[in-house]
Amino acid sequence: MSAIGHYLESEGIATASISLVREHTEVMQPPRALWVPFPLGRPMGVAHDAVFQRRVLKALLGLFERESGPVLENFPDDAPADAFEHAMDSGGEACPVFFDAPAAVSGSARAAALEAEIAQLAPWQALAAQRRGASALGLSGQSPQALGALLVAMAEAASIDATQWQVLKLAIDDLRTYYEEAAAAQPSPLASAELEQWFYRRTIVGVLLHELRAAGVAHPDAGVRQIAERMLIPRRVLEASPNSQ
Amino acid sequence: MARLSDLTEYERNHLLKMCEQAPRLSPKAWVDARPLSKRRVAIISTAGLHAGTDPAFAPGEGATGYRVIPGDVNPATLKMSHLSVNFDRSGFRRDPEIVFPLSRLHELARDGVIGSVADLHYSFMGAPFPPTRFEDKAREIAGLLHRDGVDAAVLMPV
Repeated sequence: MSAIGHYLESEGIATASISLVREHTEVMQPPRALWVPFPLGRPMGVAHDAVFQRRVLKALLGLFERESGPVLENFPDDAPADAFEHAMDSGGEACPVFFDAPAAVSGSARAAALEAEIAQLAPWQALAAQRRGASALGLSGQSPQALGALLVAMAEAASIDATQWQVLKLAIDDLRTYYEEAAAAQPSPLASAELEQWFYRRTIVGVLLHELRAAGVAHPDAGVRQIAERMLIPRRVLEASPNSQ
Repeated sequence: MARLSDLTEYERNHLLKMCEQAPRLSPKAWVDARPLSKRRVAIISTAGLHAGTDPAFAPGEGATGYRVIPGDVNPATLKMSHLSVNFDRSGFRRDPEIVFPLSRLHELARDGVIGSVADLHYSFMGAPFPPTRFEDKAREIAGLLHRDGVDAAVLMPV
C-alpha cells in the first residue's frame, strides 16, 4: 500500500493510507499514513458501527491538511468490542450450528453427510444475505451443493491436476463464506477467530480441506505446493490444529 | 490488534522479513495541502474487491490487475477474491464498509468535511513483493483519477 501511495503522490494525487503493520510503514515511509491497532482485514476497525468508522476515516482524511511529510500517526483507540460477536464457551455449545466432530467416513457416505451439512445451513445463510443486503458468496458461480460435491471428488481423487487449483481456491472461498455467513446469522454468533476454527476443524468441509492440503503440499508442481501451503488453511488454524502439517 | 506481538510466529516472521527486504522509495513525493473541504476523494483498496459481474482475481495478478468499482455501487454486492487466507474476512462478510467505507465517505461529503466523492474507485489484490511492482498500474490509475477530477485518495489495505 505504501508503494501505491508513493507512486500516486508522485503523479500529483495526494494520498493517505491506513497502516495495519506499522513496521512496514516506518520502512516504506509513504506520504501520509494512519496506523490503526485493528486486526488484519479490518482497516475501519469494527463492523456495523458507523460512528466509529467515521472517526477512523476522519482521522485519516485529516492528514491531508498537513503541510509537510512523510506523516505517520497512530489512531489512539482499539476497535470497540463487536456487539454481534460473543466468545464461545468451553465446549463450543454456544454455537447452534455446532456440529459433532466429523465422522471418519468416505465415499458416498461422506458426500451425503456433506450435502446434509450444507442443507442444514441454508436458511441461516439466506437470513445473513437478507440482513446484509446481498451475500458475499458468488466467486465460483456454482451452488454450495455443487462446490461440496467438487470438494469431495477432489479430495478422493488419486491425483489432482495443477489447473484445478484456481477452481479449488474460489470454491473454498465461496464455501467458507456460505458456512460463516450462516453461522454468524444465528443468535449469539461466534467471534471471528472462533468462527474460523469452527469452519476448519468442526465441519466436513474443514476435514476435506486438511486432506486436500496434505495432497497439495506433496504435489510435484511447485505452484500447487505454494497454493496448498499458503492459501488453503490459515496459519492460525494450522498452528492450533491437530491436523497441522 | 494488528500488532506483530498479536500474530502467529509464522506471520510475524514473514512480516519482519518483508521489512528487511522492502525497498526504500525516493525521492519522497508530496502534494501540497489544500482545504479538505475542497478535495474530491477516491478509495483505493488492496482487498481484491470487485463487482459480482467482474472476474475474480487470479494468482499472480496482485500488481498487474485491478478492478474498477463504480461510485454508485451497493457495497453489499462487492465480492472479495483475495488469495490470502491469513487475514480476517468475517468483518467484510457482515459489513463491507469495514474494508471499503464508501457510505462513510458519502456521509462526510454530505457533512461538508470533504468536497466530493469520486465517480470511480479501484481495487488491487494483495501485496506483491517487491511492492515496486505496483508502479505501472498505480501510475495508470493516477491518470484515471485526474480525469475524474480526483485530487486525493485514501488507501485501504487488509
